[in-house]
Amino acid sequence: MGIGTQFQDGFMVTKVDSVINWSRKFSLFSYPFVTACCGMEYMAAACSHYDISRFGAEIPRFSPRQADLLFVVGTITHKMAPVLKRIYDQMPDPKWVVAFGACASSGGFYQNYSVVQGIDRIVPVDTYIAGCPPRPEAVLDAIIELQNRIQDHGPTGLTGINPLQEKEAQRLSSVNPQETKEKLLLSRQ
Amino acid sequence: MSTEQSIGQLTQLLQQQFPKAIEGFHDHRGDETILVDRKEILAICQFLKDDERCKMEMMIDLTAVDYINETPRFEVVYHFKSLSLDHRLRLKARVPEDDCHIDSIHALWMAVDWYERECYDMYGITFTHHPNLKRLLMYDEFEGYPLRKDYPVDKQQPRLELREVHERYDYERS
Ligand code: SF4
Repeated sequence: MGIGTQFQDGFMVTKVDSVINWSRKFSLFSYPFVTACCGMEYMAAACSHYDISRFGAEIPRFSPRQADLLFVVGTITHKMAPVLKRIYDQMPDPKWVVAFGACASSGGFYQNYSVVQGIDRIVPVDTYIAGCPPRPEAVLDAIIELQNRIQDHGPTGLTGINPLQEKEAQRLSSVNPQETKEKLLLSRQ
Repeated sequence: MSTEQSIGQLTQLLQQQFPKAIEGFHDHRGDETILVDRKEILAICQFLKDDERCKMEMMIDLTAVDYINETPRFEVVYHFKSLSLDHRLRLKARVPEDDCHIDSIHALWMAVDWYERECYDMYGITFTHHPNLKRLLMYDEFEGYPLRKDYPVDKQQPRLELREVHERYDYERS
């Protein structure tokens, strides 16, 4: 059943924003910034077993100028930090950033002279993936999360305002956990 | 500790050749360790490389240890291996903090180039006559030597201005 049969004698009303966001969220071109062991898990997630192309994010670009999704995969040291910043700056807008794994999210277990304590201290981050390293399912989960976010809020990474986080904080502070879970599940459908 | 100390062949040899330079030695199941005077390090290494009975073709490793409460404070540790005679040796030399240098052995084994640079980078021990002694792992702006025991364990020296980050977790939630 193609799209032709669905709208056979009718039409669809939508907003331009919504269509643009829809197309953006299903054509994520990722740039994998791989620096450490998490890279193995990134490769697993990007391979055919997990079929990341279901989410339209299967094409890694090896130039930041062709990408709109930056995967920061692995430990980022202070020596590497300017490089990461530069890569981020080279990406065209709109762009999103995923912190892949414990090291990228928070420095992981390295609290020492060399490691940046979370890449959000260098570039704004949209989604964090927990785990050392994360399972590929967690990566897919993050992509779905990011897609929801793109659909709802468009390119938020630009402004630095994070409505999703705000919304989530409100929700978490007010409601009971069971309800939160249900809402989360609902919002994914 | 065992009272009788066995003396390995290499130790004997070095004791004959450099009686004044040997400050201590021990032998653990055939693995010999010799503590030498740092001023003689180049001559001893030359001997170890060239002598028919040593023939240390391979420089395996060089590192340092910071004994912060002792004088001399640092100890540079060398590992050598002979591929043709199939034996190995560990050399150690103490380096004081206030006169923190030792001769480079780069002229003998080129492999030691990055080890010495790393050692300089991490401990601040200068290897005199090294052709290119600059930091290997850390960036040039970095101040201090991170593997010294008196370097604060989580002191960081960012190269970029770091962004403000709000608390990621709300611990008082439950
Ligand atoms: S989070 Fe774990 S697996 Fe990933 S880069 Fe850090 S140490 Fe490696």
